[in-house]
Amino acid sequence: MDANSLTPKARPARLSATDPGITDPVFSVRGLNLHYGSAQALHGVHMDIPRHCVTALIGPSGCGKSTLIRCFNRMNDLVENVRIEGLITFDGRPIDDPLLDVSELRRQVGMVFQKSNPFPKSIYENVAYGPRIHGISRRADLDAIVERSLRSAALWDETKDRLNDNATGLSGGQQQRLCIARALAVDPEVILLDEPCSALDPISTARVEELIQELKGRYTLIIVTHSMQQASRVSDYTAFLYLGRLVEYGPTEQLFLNPMCRQTEDYITGRFG
Amino acid sequence: MARSEATRSKRRPMLELCNMALAICILLVVGLVTLISVEGLRAFWPNRVELVECHDGRKFFGELKDEKPIRGADGRETAGVELRYRTCNRDLGGDGFVWVREDNIVRRSEPAELQWMERSAWGPLLVRFKALQRGTEVLEQDAAKLPTALEALLHTKNDERAELRRMEEERLAPLNDRLEALRLREVKAARSAPALPTELAVERAQMGALHAELLEQVRVRRVRHDSETLLVEDAAGHTKAVVISSILGFHAPNQLGQWERLGLHAARMWEFLSAQPRESNTEGGVFPAIFGTVLMVFLMTLVVVPLGVVSAVWLKEYARQGVLTRLVRICVNNLAGTPSIVFGVFGLGFFVYVLGGQIDSLFYSDALPTPTFGTGGVLWASLTLALLTLPVVIVAVEEGLAAVPRAVREGSLALGATRFETIRRVVLPASLPAILTGTILAIGRAAGEVAPLMVVGMVKLAPDLAVDGTAPFLHAERKFMHLGFHIYDVGFQSPDVEATKPLVFATTLLLIVLVLLLNIVAIRLRNKARRRYAGTGF
Repeated sequence: MDANSLTPKARPARLSATDPGITDPVFSVRGLNLHYGSAQALHGVHMDIPRHCVTALIGPSGCGKSTLIRCFNRMNDLVENVRIEGLITFDGRPIDDPLLDVSELRRQVGMVFQKSNPFPKSIYENVAYGPRIHGISRRADLDAIVERSLRSAALWDETKDRLNDNATGLSGGQQQRLCIARALAVDPEVILLDEPCSALDPISTARVEELIQELKGRYTLIIVTHSMQQASRVSDYTAFLYLGRLVEYGPTEQLFLNPMCRQTEDYITGRFG
Repeated sequence: MARSEATRSKRRPMLELCNMALAICILLVVGLVTLISVEGLRAFWPNRVELVECHDGRKFFGELKDEKPIRGADGRETAGVELRYRTCNRDLGGDGFVWVREDNIVRRSEPAELQWMERSAWGPLLVRFKALQRGTEVLEQDAAKLPTALEALLHTKNDERAELRRMEEERLAPLNDRLEALRLREVKAARSAPALPTELAVERAQMGALHAELLEQVRVRRVRHDSETLLVEDAAGHTKAVVISSILGFHAPNQLGQWERLGLHAARMWEFLSAQPRESNTEGGVFPAIFGTVLMVFLMTLVVVPLGVVSAVWLKEYARQGVLTRLVRICVNNLAGTPSIVFGVFGLGFFVYVLGGQIDSLFYSDALPTPTFGTGGVLWASLTLALLTLPVVIVAVEEGLAAVPRAVREGSLALGATRFETIRRVVLPASLPAILTGTILAIGRAAGEVAPLMVVGMVKLAPDLAVDGTAPFLHAERKFMHLGFHIYDVGFQSPDVEATKPLVFATTLLLIVLVLLLNIVAIRLRNKARRRYAGTGF
C-alpha cells in the first residue's frame, strides 16, 4: 500500500476533495440523505453543479449516482416509500418548495434515460409532445420547434423525410438521440443523462458524445456513466460516488490524473468497481 | 439418447391426449358451423313439388321433406318407408305436413302447372290456378295466360299498397299524433277548469272531421285494393278464392331451371334479411331483429367501453394498491361469473322501475299511467348488458395498462407532463389494442345474451324500429327485437313448429354471421392499432 496516495494532494483551485469551488451553481445540494424504506441510498451529499458545463457522475453499480441524478428533477417522487432529507436548490430556489410546480421544474430540467423510451407515436409527435403539454398548439410553432430540436440532436438529416413514421422503427442510437431531441424541445436549462449510452454500440455512442459536446455551451448537462473513458472524454467536472457518499468531486482532468482520494484512484485505475 | 427416448415415450400418451382433445374441439366447431350453414341455407331453396295419389283415396300436392323407415312391432326396420310431405294449404283443409307410407302410394308425379304462392296470411298455398276474378266477373280463365295476368295485377297491387301505406304514414299518423297532443291539452285544461275552452272544442271538431274524411278515403281505396280474387284448386278438388292483394308472390316450382332456382333462392334470402316478419314471425324476414341486435350491441359498446376504461384506469393508475382495491377487483371478477338473468332482474328493478319511473314522473307525467321510459326498452337493455360485460372490459384494459412500460411513463413525466396527461396521451393510446380486445370480448358476450333481455325490453314483435325519421331519431325507450330471442320464439313458440324449423337454422346462421362480422370489425381495428404501436415491446 502506498501511504502517499491516502493523503490529499494540494491543488490551489480545489478547496477540498469534494469542493471544486464552483461559483454561480445551477444546483446546490446540501446534506442530502435519501432512504428507500429502511435502506439509505445517499449519505450527506454536498455538491454544486456548474452552469453550462458537463458534470459526470461515476461510481460502481449501486453507489447512488442514478438516485442522485433523479433527485434533480424530483423523479424520485414517483417511487413509493422514499424519504429525502437535506436541501437541493435550483437557481437558488429549493426544488421541494411547495409553491414550485413540479411540471415546470421538469420542463426546465429535462431527462434522458438509460434505455431509450420513445413514445409509441410518430417521430414528429414524440418531439412535439413536450411543447404540446406546455400549451403550444399552433402547427407552425410546433414545426419550427421539431425541426430545431431534431437539428440540435443531430437527427434532422436522418429523419426529415420520415417524420410521420413510428419512432419505434428507428435504430437504438437514433432513438436515444430522439429522446434527447424530445428533451430539448421544451427548452430546458439542464439536461440529465442517466447512462445514455449503455445500450448503444460504439458508433452510436460516439455520435451521442459529440452531441453532448455541442450542447454543453447552451445547456447544463449532468451525465451518469459507467464508462470512465466516457466521463473523461465528455465532462468538465467529475464526481465519484461510492456507497452513497460523494467521495471526490473536481475538474475531470485533475480527478483522473491526480485523484485526491485513494478510493478514487483505485476505481479509476480499475482496481475495483 | 436412451434417456431422451424414455422421456419421449413417457410424454407420448399425454401428447396424444392433447392432440385428440384439440381434434375433437375442431371437429365440434366445424360440425356446428357446417350443420347450421347447410340447414340455414337450405331453408330458402325452392324444391320441386309432387302430386301424390294414395290407395286410401287421398290426393295431395306436397314438397318431399323427409323419409324414414317404419319400425315394426319387434323394433326392426322391416315394415317399409314413410314419407313426409309439406302440403301447406292450411285454409283448404290441409294439415301443413303429412306422413304417408310408401306402400300406400299409387302414383307420384310432378305436374308442371303447380304453383307455389306466398301470402300475407295463412302461410303458403300449393295449388293449381283456375281463374282470375273481379267480384263475379271473370278476368282470365286460360291456364296458360293466368300467371302472366296475375303477375301484371300484382304489380298494380304493389303500387296500390305503397300508396295506402303512404297515406297512412304521411297523413293519418301525423293526424293521430296531433289528436293525441290535443287530448293531452284537454286533460290539462280539464284539470284547471271544469268546462272545456271553446277553441279546444272547435279544434277537436275540425280534426275529428278531417280524421273521418281521411279514414273514408282509406276505406274506399282498401275496398278497391281487395276487389280481385284468384280462384285456386288443390289436389282433392277443393277450391278457394284468394284475395289478390294478399298474394306476395308465386312461382311454379316444377318449371324452374337451375339458374332460376338459384335466383329465387337469393331473392328469398334477401327477403329474409330485409323484410318485416309476418304471421307471428313464422314468415317473412327478420330485419327488425337484426337491427335490434346491432343497435343494442352498439349502444352497449358506447356505454361499456368508456366506463370500463375509466374504471380500469382508476384501479390500476390511481387507486392505492391495498385492501379496498383488492376487494373491488374480487367484486369485478365475481360479477363476471354472475348468471346473466341476475343482471336482467337488476336491470328491471333499477333501470326500468327506478330510473325509468323517475324519468317518467319528471318528464313524461302527462302520458302516465302509460309508461314511456318506465318499461323495458332498448336503452335499458343496453345498460343492463353494459353492466354484464363491464368486468370483461375492466380486466382486459387493466392488463393492457400493466403492459405499458414504466420507462415510457417516466419519459412523459420527465417532460413535465402530469400524471393525467401521461395517462391520456401516452398510456391510453398505447393500451388501445387491449381496450379493443376488451370490446371484442364484450361484443361477443352481449350479442349472444338472451335471458337478461327478456325482462328489460326485448319483445317477440316490435311494431317500430328504435331508429326512424322522426326527431329525435333514436327512440331509446322503444322495445326491440333480437335474433337470439327470435330463434327461441320461432322455433318453440310458433303455431307451426315444423314449418318454421328451417327458419330456426337460418336465424341461427344469421346470428353467428352477425357476431362474426361485429368481431371482424373490432379485430381489424385492433390489428391496425397494434401495427401502429408495433415494436415498442408491448
